[in-house]
Parts: sequence; structure tokens; C-alpha cells
Amino acid sequence: MTDTGNPPGADNVRPATGSEPQPAAESRPAAESHRSMTAELQRTLDSAGSAVARAAATDLAQGVGRAALIFVATVLAALVLAAPLIIAAGSDPITAYGALYDGSLAGQRPFAETLVSMTPLLFGGLAVAIAFHSGLFNIGVEGQLVAGGIAAGVVGIHMSTWAPVHVLLSLLAGAAAGALWALVPAALKAWRGVHEVITTIMMNFVAFSVSQFLVKPGGALEGEIPTGTEPVQSTAELPRIWDPTRLHLGIVVALIVAAACWYFIYRTPGGYRFRLVGANPVAARFNGISSNRVIVEAMLLSGALGGLTGAVEVLGTHRRFLDSFSPGYGFDSIAVALLGALHPVGVAAASFFFGLLRAGSTQLQLEADITRDMITVISGLVVACVAARLLLSRRAARLGRGQGRGAGLEVGTRLGQGD
Amino acid sequence: MRGITKRYPGVVANDAVDFTVESASIHGLLGENGAGKSTLMKVLFGLTAPSAGTVEIAGRPVVVDSARDALDLGIGMVQQHFSLIGDFTVAENLVLGSEPLQRGGLLDLDRAAADIAALSDRYGFRIDPRSRVGDLAVGARQRVEILKALYRGAEVLILDEPTAALAPTEVAELVGLLRRLRAQGRTVVFISHKLSEVIDLCDRVTVLRGGRVEGHREIGPAERDDPERHDALAAELARMMVGHELPDPPERVDGPERGGVPVLRLSAAGDGRRLGPIDLEVQAGEIVGVAGVEGNGQTELVEMVVGVRRCRAGSVHLGGTDVTRWSVRRRLNTGVAHIAEDRHGAAVADGLDLAHNATLGFQGRPPFSRRGLWLSLVQMRRLARGVVNRFGVQAVAVTDPLRSLSGGNQQKLVVGRELSRGPELFVAAQPTRGLDVAAAAFVHSELAALRRRGAGVLLVSLELTEILALADRIVVMSGGRIAGETSPSEVDVTTLGRWMTGGGAVGEPEAAAAGAAGAAT
Ligand SMILES: Nc1ncnc2c1ncn2[C@@H]1O[C@H](COP(=O)(O)OP(=O)(O)OP(=O)(O)O)[C@@H](O)[C@H]1O
Ligand SMILES: [Mg+2]
Repeated sequence: MTDTGNPPGADNVRPATGSEPQPAAESRPAAESHRSMTAELQRTLDSAGSAVARAAATDLAQGVGRAALIFVATVLAALVLAAPLIIAAGSDPITAYGALYDGSLAGQRPFAETLVSMTPLLFGGLAVAIAFHSGLFNIGVEGQLVAGGIAAGVVGIHMSTWAPVHVLLSLLAGAAAGALWALVPAALKAWRGVHEVITTIMMNFVAFSVSQFLVKPGGALEGEIPTGTEPVQSTAELPRIWDPTRLHLGIVVALIVAAACWYFIYRTPGGYRFRLVGANPVAARFNGISSNRVIVEAMLLSGALGGLTGAVEVLGTHRRFLDSFSPGYGFDSIAVALLGALHPVGVAAASFFFGLLRAGSTQLQLEADITRDMITVISGLVVACVAARLLLSRRAARLGRGQGRGAGLEVGTRLGQGD
Repeated sequence: MRGITKRYPGVVANDAVDFTVESASIHGLLGENGAGKSTLMKVLFGLTAPSAGTVEIAGRPVVVDSARDALDLGIGMVQQHFSLIGDFTVAENLVLGSEPLQRGGLLDLDRAAADIAALSDRYGFRIDPRSRVGDLAVGARQRVEILKALYRGAEVLILDEPTAALAPTEVAELVGLLRRLRAQGRTVVFISHKLSEVIDLCDRVTVLRGGRVEGHREIGPAERDDPERHDALAAELARMMVGHELPDPPERVDGPERGGVPVLRLSAAGDGRRLGPIDLEVQAGEIVGVAGVEGNGQTELVEMVVGVRRCRAGSVHLGGTDVTRWSVRRRLNTGVAHIAEDRHGAAVADGLDLAHNATLGFQGRPPFSRRGLWLSLVQMRRLARGVVNRFGVQAVAVTDPLRSLSGGNQQKLVVGRELSRGPELFVAAQPTRGLDVAAAAFVHSELAALRRRGAGVLLVSLELTEILALADRIVVMSGGRIAGETSPSEVDVTTLGRWMTGGGAVGEPEAAAAGAAGAAT
């Protein structure tokens, strides 16, 4: 045997490793930390030399450039692919996209409406993205936002306190309710291995029914209008910030939360754990990261963001809880997260694009005479383009490495690793 | 293949490589970690496009743009990492991508299974097409991979380190299988770091170094049979691979007197299922080797020590503290480091970059994090760069994804990361899997250095040579228990064999392998 059987060689031994004999009995593991780790770790860190790669502005700029290019290409591809469908629907793409522009960007009111629709989509997109980073597919944002909307509405109606506190408490109530709504799927996933796609969808239906039950005539939250509650108190309203439009403070809150999410995901050990569990849960477990704990934490955080999605809508846009107040923000959030490549900055950009579609859809109907469902088609095409880009790449053609994951999660996970 | 060049940003993985394989032969491909072996074969199999160069088959230039093209041309490849789906049966895995249909478009698994059984019998694969892949031992899974290539009609088989994860008996079985394939006119390209295997099996070898062809060599029967010429050839090949003379295998250095202090103690420990009860002690300053046929509880033992597997009976002590109920994290914090036997499954996340992979397990402590509120990318990159420099990992940038490293270099990164924990107890499962000769020797010397420093090492290996070279004590596992204990100086191979096969008849590797098949994963 001439190969791996070589006994250790004195030539090969790094002098550094052997030069500090440690008294064996003294350094036994007993406490929560130990000395030799610090020494050995320091030795490795010192081997790095002085040419340590800084978290350089250049590689940041490179990454941003590439991501922006992909983003724009995806959007354009979806718009081009939608053109034949627009023609089939009896209009022409120039008129249709012109109408979209008029309804979403041309002037103060349309632009404000775009931002109004962007707000819940940004929260929802972040909710989906955070879950994806941990390898979880949260399809339950739609239910979580209903739960969050109800809770925010109830606190907004029934409490009375100083304005900023009232808003804050109402928002927190919404976040808590959303997290609660995600707790069931989280627990089932962590301790029973039930796939979260199934449970989050089921929780959606529960939320829809609860909402109907509460606001129906004679229901606990019945208001003066048929499918809504009473308005929240003015102290609980998210103030309007751009007269005379409907734009409210929610957009600012959303952008702050997006920044916080970025910081959490990429710049804290907690976010590192999330991403590791998403990338390889077994390796995470073998290195002291409890994947069950991360699953629960990520799902709760995602649910809280989902709850906020509903809360800002209720407190900022409608000022009351309405049954089925969401035109499917929770489902669009999935598209937002994917188009945004799960990066909070990308998610913000994607939510702006989808907000633009939403805001422009009315004008699309009026000017181009196509049903506003066309925007659902476009968002579907966006998702298809994202998936196609990832799945058609060579690497993906080699089939997943033996883990029976759904295509959606596969796409999400792959996006998340792109950083 | 002519003039194949493959450039990646910052590296030339293949540099004008000419590579010719004759039909009905077994051709060895040798080279250090990162020499470009896998890359060359990926080009041949259409997984990566070469930057320059052409592929010819039977004198005709061909274009291989995808694995499908390659399969159509009769080229099949078994990758360095497994690609089977564990939840599927053998038959289901094999038909994936080319599903045979009945009239009416339904999947005809019965016909496929019959075809596969026939194919398996013809070459002596001993595989039941209806068994679930996840239930098979590693050796059997390896054969399924080959069977899959043959089922797709491969005339030329590329095997990238097929023996890295195999036990010696399984290697012997594979060697026999490949010889039968050659006798039937098939062609095999065989990549391995184990020179003796290559000499025994191959008709011809090509050695790569730094992406270039270093030389070719015919291997005659004399070199196979005469031990002296065998060793001389191995030395010559090793020289070609590294480009200079290898230092003589140094003397075995025993540690100082053992401390007598146990770093690890298992008392009647068991998982309530396949493992235990086990009594085992690792003392400060000693290396305890765990030998045995794959699938006899070694994996479970390691998992229990690390804390991934619940200990349902007995107790686990680390340095005198009862850690039976402790989480993995608490155990790691007391000074346990661990090289996982399944690198891809349990040690790295190959989609994340080197910095993230190097930091795994360190993420919550300074200087990488302050009170859990902040993660320092700069320090993470510094650590990755440090591991790369200190342990000779071949890498371009620490912000590249881990999967851009060659298999052996990924292993080096893991070993470096774990050694950087300054462990009191080092649990090393197949620590040299996929490493070239020099890198393996380096890891061995590091393990010896750990012992000298007064740490305890639990070395799990399928290679008896590795254990004999390093261990102070050897325990043999069989059927989830410790069948016996000995020391390298008084080791008796016959006894070891009997222990490994669970006290059964000596020298019956078949029985051992069959026993392993039932118990893996
Ligand atoms: N996808 C990639 N991107 C960038 N560099 C790569 C990529 N794949 C391989 N390389 C580089 O090409 C070189 C050759 O790698 P290759 O995997 O062919 O080595 P190998 O001979 O198979 O080594 P091993 O014995 O360790 O498996 C290495 O330096 C590696 O870092
Ligand atoms: Mg390789």
C-alpha cells in the first residue's frame, strides 16, 4: 500500500501546531468555551495575511449591476411575452402599456397610487423572501394578512391612547396575529415534518372564513357597512403624507422594515443561520444550528411580516377592516419575492413594479378595454421568466441532488444562494 | 480529446489537454486535487463547454453540448457526488429522464424493472431493481450509478472517484465488475487517488498536473503482480503527479504517555435502534481508530458523539461532564470538532461561498459576531483566506461559491475549519476521503499533532491502512456494537475480519457486504 496509508511525517507537521504543548489535564472541556479554540482560530486568522478581501465596494457594485440587469431583462421578457395575449384580448400592446403608464406613473395621483399598492406588496414580498432564505415556502401570506388586518383593526377600534403609541400597538397587534397564523404551519413542520405549503394554504382558508364570520351581519365586528368593521380611531390611522393623495406613512415603514430585513439576513448571525438551514439543513444541524428552531423562527418572522401587510392596509389605506380587502397581495408577494431574487433591495424594486401594475390596471381597463386580469397574466409571466432563467441553466438540468423538493422551493433556494 | 482548454475566472482548469482512450480498455486518470480531472471529464460528458478544443469519437469530431448528447454518443458518467434520489426505487431512478411508456402513455415500470434485472444479472451487479435507493449501502448505490449509465446505453463509462466512499470489500467487488465490463468490450475511464487500485485495474494511465498532461504510462501485468515493481510504479506515478520526489513515509510517531484523562466516554450508550449498547473511551493524547464494514453503526456512533443523534440509553461524557442531553452547539462549544463522512450532506453548503462555509460553527462568536447583533463579513473572509493559506486549499476568491472548488479542495476546507476549532476531541470520519496522497499525509500529520498536543481523536475509517498507521487503539464495530478491541502492534487481521463480520466465518466479504446493505442510512 503506497497511498493513503502513509504515517504522519515529521516533515509535514506544521511546527506551529506542535510548539505549544498544553497540559492535558488542565484543558479538558468543562466550561462552555475553551482556550485552545481561541489560539487555533487566531492562528488560522493570522494565516490570512494582510491582503484580506474587504467587503469591497467594487464587488458590491458588480453584484448590483448584474442583479439589476437580470431584473430588467426579466420584466421586459414578461412584457414582451404578454404582447400576443394582449392582442388576443382585442387590444394592442402599445395602447395597453401606454394605459398602464398613464395609470401608474403619469402625474402625482397615479404615482402615489403605485406607492400605495407597493406598500403591502413590499411587506408581503419580504415575508416570502425571509421564508425562502430558510428553505421554506410560505404561501400563507394571504391568510396572515387577513389575520393581521383583523387584529390591527380591533386594536385600532377599541383602544384609545396617544396617537403614535396607538398606531404602533395596532401594527404590532397585526404582526403578532400574522405570526400566530404562521405558528401552526411552523410547529407542524418542525415537529411533525408536515410540508408548509399544504398547511399555509389551509390556514389561508381558515383566515378567510374567520374574517367572513366576524364581519357578517350580526358578527362580532359588524360595522355600518355590509362587509366591513367600523373605522379605526383617528389615533390609530397611519397618517397621510402626500396631500391630496392617499399615500400614507406605510410606505416609509415598509422601506425601513426592508432595510432591517437586509441587515438581519446578511449581517447578523441569526440571518446566517436562516440561510444555512435554507442551503443545507443537515450541515446546519451537524454544526450546532438547530434547524427546527430556525424553521419556527423563520416562519414566525415571515408570518409577522405577513400580518404587517394586512395591518398597514387596514390602518393606512382603508382605515377599517374590510372582508376581502386584499386583491391577492399575499399571492402576488410570491412573485415579488422571486422577481426580487429574495434580496430586500430587489424585493423593493419588484414591489414597485407590481404596485405599478396594480395601480395601472384600472386605466388599462378604461383606455385599452382589456380586463384588469391581464396584470395577473403579466405577473404569472414574470414568475415563469424567473423560473425559466434558473431552471434552464445548465446546472439545473442535472436534476436536483436527490431531494424531492418542489420546483418553487428549488427556484427559491437557488435564488437565495445568489446573495 | 484534443487541445482541451477550460478556463474559469482566475484559473485554467485544463490547459491544452490531449487525452485518448482506446476502446475496451480501462484508462486511469490521475492527478493532485484540483489538477483538472473532473473538469476534463465534465467536458467529455457535456456538462461544461470547453473554452477551446475538440472531442473526437472513433476519429470523427463530435459536439457534446449536454449530457443528453453524451448519452446519445454512448458516453456515460458517474459523478464525484451521488445523483440518485433516495426515495425512489432503483428502477425509478434508472428510468428518470428516459421513461419507457406503455401504450396509452403510462409509465411501464415493470418492463423497465425486468430490463434492469437482466442487465444487472449479465454483469453481476447483484442489484434488485425494486429496492429503495435510500436503503442501499454506499457500494450498492455506486453500482446503481454505473448500472444507470449502462442502462442508458453507455459504451464509454466515466467514473469520477468511484471508490472514495467504498470499503475495501466493495472496492474489490467494483474492480471485478469493471473487469467484466472491459471483457464485454466496454471502455472505462477511472479516476482515483488510490494508486494501488489504479495499477491493479488500469491498462493505461494519464497523469494531469496543474491542468496539463504530465504524461502517459502503460501498465503491464508484471507491474500488477510483482510487488516490488508495483511499488516502484506507484512511486513513479506519485512523482509525476506532484512534480517532485515525495518524502519517504516517515516513521510512526507515538504520542507521549497518554494523559489517562478521558475526553470522551460512552457508557452503555445506544440510540434505541441500530446502535449500542456501546462502551468506549477516548483519552487525552490518544487516537482511537474505529474499523468495520460500512453500515455497522459507525455513522450512528459519530452522530451520537456529536449530538445529532439522540442517546436513548446510557450516557455520553465529554471530559468528565455528562453531556447526554446537551445540544450539538453546547457540545461543540466545549471543544468538539468533527469531520463528517458525507461531506456534501453534512459538512458544507455548496451554494454558499467559501467565507460562509469556513465560518460554519463560528458564526456566533467573536470576532465574527458581537453579541449576536452583527456579523462581520470582513472577519469571515479573513477566516476563509486563512484556512485556504494554512491548509493549502486551491481557491481563487473566498467569495466564490464552494462548488467551484474541486472535491478534494472542499475536503481540505472542511478539515481546516475543524482543526481551527482547536479541539479537545476530534471526531474524524473518513478524514482523507477524496484527498490526494500528499494532502492525505498532511491530514494524518495534523491528527498526530493533535494527539501530541493532548487532544483525543476518534478516527472512523474504512481503510485499515489509515487506522493502522495512526491509531493507538483499534475498536471494531459490527452490528451497532463494539465487537472487539486491539492495538496496532498486536493486530491480527484474521481476528479483525471475524469481528467485522460479526463473529461469522472468516474471510467472507460477501456476507459482510450483504449485512451492510441492510443497515446503511
Ligand atoms: N465551476 C467552477 N468555477 C470555477 N472554478 C472551477 C469550477 N470547477 C472547477 N474549478 C477549478 O478548476 C480546477 C480543477 O478542478 P477539478 O474539479 O477538475 O479538479 P480535480 O482534478 O477533479 O480535483 P479533485 O481530485 O480534488 O476532485 C480547480 O482549481 C477548481 O477550483
Ligand atoms: Mg474531482
